[in-house]
Amino acid sequence: MLIPFFFMMREGGLKPSITELLTLLEAMKSGVANQSVEDFYYLARACLVKDESKFDRFDQIFAAHFQGIEDTFKTMVSEVPEDWLRQQAELMLSEEEREKIEAIGGFEALMEALRQRLEEQEERHEGGNKWIGTAGTSPFGAYGYNPEGVRIGQQGSRHRSATKVWDRREYKNLDDQVEIGTRNIKVALRKLRKFAREGAEEQLDLDDTIDKTARNAGLLDIRMVPERHNAIKVLLCLDVGGSMDDHVRICEEMFSAAKTEFKHLEYFYFHNFVYESMWKDNRRRHAERIPIGEITHKFGSDYKLVFVGDATMSPYEIVYAGGSVEHWNEEPGAVWIKRLLNTFPKAIWLNPEPEKRWDYTPSIKMTRELMEDRMFPLTVSGLDDGIKKLR
Amino acid sequence: MTDTKFTGTRSYIATDDLMMAVNAAVTLERPILIKGEPGTGKTQLAIEVAAALERPLFEWHIKSTTKAQQGLYDYDAVARLRDSQLGDDKVHDIANYIVHGKVWEAFESEKQPVLLIDEIDKADIEFPNDLLLELDRMEFFVYETKKLVRAKHRPIMIITSNNEKELPDAFLRRCFFHYIKFPDKDTMEKIVDVHFPKLKKNLLKEALEAFYKVRDVPGLKKKPSTSELLDWIKLLLAEDIPPEALRAEDSRAAIPPLYGALLKNEQDVHLFEKLVFLDRRTRTQ
Repeated sequence: MLIPFFFMMREGGLKPSITELLTLLEAMKSGVANQSVEDFYYLARACLVKDESKFDRFDQIFAAHFQGIEDTFKTMVSEVPEDWLRQQAELMLSEEEREKIEAIGGFEALMEALRQRLEEQEERHEGGNKWIGTAGTSPFGAYGYNPEGVRIGQQGSRHRSATKVWDRREYKNLDDQVEIGTRNIKVALRKLRKFAREGAEEQLDLDDTIDKTARNAGLLDIRMVPERHNAIKVLLCLDVGGSMDDHVRICEEMFSAAKTEFKHLEYFYFHNFVYESMWKDNRRRHAERIPIGEITHKFGSDYKLVFVGDATMSPYEIVYAGGSVEHWNEEPGAVWIKRLLNTFPKAIWLNPEPEKRWDYTPSIKMTRELMEDRMFPLTVSGLDDGIKKLR
Repeated sequence: MTDTKFTGTRSYIATDDLMMAVNAAVTLERPILIKGEPGTGKTQLAIEVAAALERPLFEWHIKSTTKAQQGLYDYDAVARLRDSQLGDDKVHDIANYIVHGKVWEAFESEKQPVLLIDEIDKADIEFPNDLLLELDRMEFFVYETKKLVRAKHRPIMIITSNNEKELPDAFLRRCFFHYIKFPDKDTMEKIVDVHFPKLKKNLLKEALEAFYKVRDVPGLKKKPSTSELLDWIKLLLAEDIPPEALRAEDSRAAIPPLYGALLKNEQDVHLFEKLVFLDRRTRTQ
């Protein structure tokens, strides 16, 4: 009876593993919980859920499963659960195979068939040629191939031939399961740090030499390490206020992760776009401003420049003198950002706005051009790509 | 294996779900991860479990510089170097320079021990990953002496975390998990009762009322917790404050006395004073 519950949890967005399920069974067998539902509930929670923010979701699923209110649950997951579509294996077809798959009619027929199949299908599916799932040749699903396919819940186009993306998971971003978190950011930022320690081994490592010599019972064992002068240096420029208010949490996470990860981290704030000065303290932003000239003069070009901002504003704020919403700027923002990029050739812009909206906002497009396409979404994978550019 | 079940102790009130999680961990001999607000008795739990089940307790307190290896053993190379210069015979046996860590000590205990790994989130982000094998199989290998150390009895491992860092999935999968919720008023009364059995009923009532009122102030950086409440009551008793003084309805003394024991942050104190001041003004108008 636990297997359906287990799968229900997985479909409901919790991710218990098989080992955890086995632990639960083992605990039940050894009689930790005595027959009462309440005991079982506590035990199952301790075994299967490892994050207190997911307790609520667990409660819902538990209630749905054990009080027979299966209907509530069905409406809860009536959208196509993302996990059907998770990429498990990517289907790469040869040319002949592609030719073999025939299209099943026009666009309208396709949508109608999809609707029907959504109703028929009840579980996750992979491979095969009819059901919705991953890596198959059915017209519906993700990461697969069919010349007239409908893509569901897939981020990028694989074979660029699906006629429409029907992504029913519109509320995905509001869920607490967004991948990014301080831990993930730190792990991503770590890649930058590792790079900084590479190089030729040319310095004597005194501590290690002593240690290794001692371990060697007194015979000298010389140890060398790479020179450490180029420990990574980062200039972080954060957009604050206005449209950035929606992204405060993620920016805070990014900032706190960066602050503990890098020794040489300098941060500055700006509003909407970079002009002749930035500031370090938001409470005294009008009194204590640091001119860009001072920044480019003070920090060497070995600093990596990272902007965090949504770049969403009126295009005038970028290209016109006097375009700033806060003050009269003698020179347009575009000029100032060029100056920064000249001093710091290694630069990226991280944008918390979802990538698919970028093309609809002219100011994002412009900023992206100014950054020479080095704009990345503020997600773990975006951060990964961005860090590759910074190296 | 034990028949005894943990049901709380005379000085520790455990809720049903906490008991269940602890008993499951004890029975299956798996680690249990305890999370919760600071001051809700996470560390205390290990001490109480050890006392209740009459087990030896080994405490390993984690700092930001702690490495997983240090819990297992350290090789004191410098001592060996010194001995070799002095011509001490000990130098020929490397085992003389292996210093046992807390985990090793617990593994060697003759009776099934309780091992507390306190504040695991303080360590480096990779720390929990470095302990996976040890948690799973309760054994580790000493490279210097080529010896495998295996636990005589799988210890009851209690791991606490303040949620400063997220823990890796692989680690979580191996543990039971319990989140100590902040106690509700009834549980809190029981908790205060075991600590101050002779406390006058009306003082307790007023104190708890004032305490939950402070906790409900929106935007506090650090909400006062159980341990702070206990400290505060201790102070109230020491100063012999009458219960009437705690009544917040009396607008003159709206700030509870000795509130420094409850609020540990100057911004919180300012915020609290400001709110009380505003509150008083609206009431007099």
